[in-house]
Amino acid sequence: MSNVFIAFQTNEASRGIVDAIVEDNPTASINEQPAMVRVDVPGSMTIKRETVEEKLGRSFDLQELHVHLITLSGHIDESDDEFTLSWN
Amino acid sequence: MTTTAAPKKLGLKERYALMTRGLDWQTTYQPMEKVFPYATYEGIKVHDWNAWEDPFRLTMDAYWKYQAEKEQKLYAIMDAFAQNNGHLGLTDARYINSLKLFLTGVSPLEYMAHRGFAHVGRSLPGVGARVACQMQSLDELRHVQTQIHSMSNYNKLYDGFHAWRHMHDRVWYLSVPKSFFDDAITAGPFEFMIAIGFSFEYVLTNLLFVPFISGAAYNGDMGAMAFGFSAQSDESRHMTLGLEAIKFMLEQDPDNLPIVQHWIDKWFWRGYRVLTLVAMMLDFMLPKKVMSWKEAWEIYAEENGGALFNDLARYGVRPPLGWQQACDDKVHLSSQAWSTFYQYQAAAPFHTWVPSPEDMDWMAQKYPGTFDQYYRPRFEHWAEREAAGDRYNNGTLPMLCQVCQIPMLFTEPGDPTRICYRDSVYDGERYHFCSDGCKNIFDHEPEKYVQAWLPVHQIYQGNCFRPEADPTAADFNPLLEVITWYQMNVGVDNAPYEGSEDQRHFRAWRQMTTSNA
Repeated sequence: MSNVFIAFQTNEASRGIVDAIVEDNPTASINEQPAMVRVDVPGSMTIKRETVEEKLGRSFDLQELHVHLITLSGHIDESDDEFTLSWN
Repeated sequence: MTTTAAPKKLGLKERYALMTRGLDWQTTYQPMEKVFPYATYEGIKVHDWNAWEDPFRLTMDAYWKYQAEKEQKLYAIMDAFAQNNGHLGLTDARYINSLKLFLTGVSPLEYMAHRGFAHVGRSLPGVGARVACQMQSLDELRHVQTQIHSMSNYNKLYDGFHAWRHMHDRVWYLSVPKSFFDDAITAGPFEFMIAIGFSFEYVLTNLLFVPFISGAAYNGDMGAMAFGFSAQSDESRHMTLGLEAIKFMLEQDPDNLPIVQHWIDKWFWRGYRVLTLVAMMLDFMLPKKVMSWKEAWEIYAEENGGALFNDLARYGVRPPLGWQQACDDKVHLSSQAWSTFYQYQAAAPFHTWVPSPEDMDWMAQKYPGTFDQYYRPRFEHWAEREAAGDRYNNGTLPMLCQVCQIPMLFTEPGDPTRICYRDSVYDGERYHFCSDGCKNIFDHEPEKYVQAWLPVHQIYQGNCFRPEADPTAADFNPLLEVITWYQMNVGVDNAPYEGSEDQRHFRAWRQMTTSNA
């Protein structure tokens, strides 16, 4: 199965986002590189607003991902509560 | 007592639908085909533009909000970097040469992408696609501006940055990226979407904006890190647009498949050739290396691109022609490119150098089986000549490929000891190519590529001199005249790194940061 991935700039918000991804996607693997962090998951990955809010201790609009995002791969499905990347 | 329920807040999908549907109309004063004159001539059949769905569902109001936030962060970093003389925290001034290449070769493409998406957004009859193209057009304008702002700080202190826009239209190797975008922007709107939106953005830009920019951070350049990652965050939206564009074309009509497949073949190869410059930036121009071109290619092209093409196989799309050759050549590309620039140092406004013994060991470790066999002996030979005060300079102009415009520097598939040459005859004239990929592109549209402005041809035709030049004068030096016409500061911008003004200044200024002498 192909991996989907997402990469963020290394910062405080990204730390919470990545923690949330790892919690909700147990097969996730993390790859830290200079100034960035990349998360790979086989098949599909879901980022849940609720989990990110819990990690950051504040409310979070999933579109705020744009501010910290570097790159991603896969088909996107986006709602108010979940952001999903997947390959068919 | 009656209670009225508070109106329910609209969900993301509903907000997006309201902001991107029903915004246009069927025209009555003019027929629709006159309002959208470029929508059908490429042969792409569209039956229902409402089937277009931008998966990011970003509306213009949210777009402005998040882009403003990105800009505030980016400029705070750039200002802090400049204010604190951040350039003196770089690993080494050799790094700055990768920025010279970036500013002259890449930033003008961002501006062309801005123009291209404005034009295509106007040309596509579907409103969802038009909104996405509008955002991308604005993004690209932001990219070129932030790059100019970030790199203008280096222009105050280092050589070779002063005439980037002038050079982009003239300098021999800059015709490679320039002709790539000129080719795309003179195609129809659907081909442009595949060329830039899909092949370039989705399959290839990660290779520039992720490992190279991570490398910029690793080498201490917070300015480049900030503009690069901020640009790439927009690219995520652009990649999504490119993927939606290709899915949309393939789902609308089965007749679109062969047209789209040809564009994928063509634009993969065009983009891959442009990335030759990036291969060399990663392997030779970053003093502290973050990953090799081969590793970057494996992650972002083979793995990620492979996943993409597996996914698109359900539409009948196959990986682009030339894919396998690009994968095979990953162990040769950067060394072949850097060798070329080293030889033509006198005609390039950035510094080159022979890799140090440690850097050659790094290359040997990253490229087992090729670097020591084919490239180390050449670099060691050049190092010996430099040590003897006899640096090698190639004074003969190279033949260029008619399509990608790169000098004939690439080797035969499977034989890295022979240069690859291909040719075709069109209308009684013979044209030359660096590869099967470029020859195929030419053979499909010879009328377009016979018009190419090839720098070496133009030099030999006498079109690259200043108006006041006198080629009949006894002491006329054509090469010197050409680089003067390029607006290079001769002997400074085009000097080898060893002994350059940049090297001397950087050493002296860095010394001043740690002593009061």
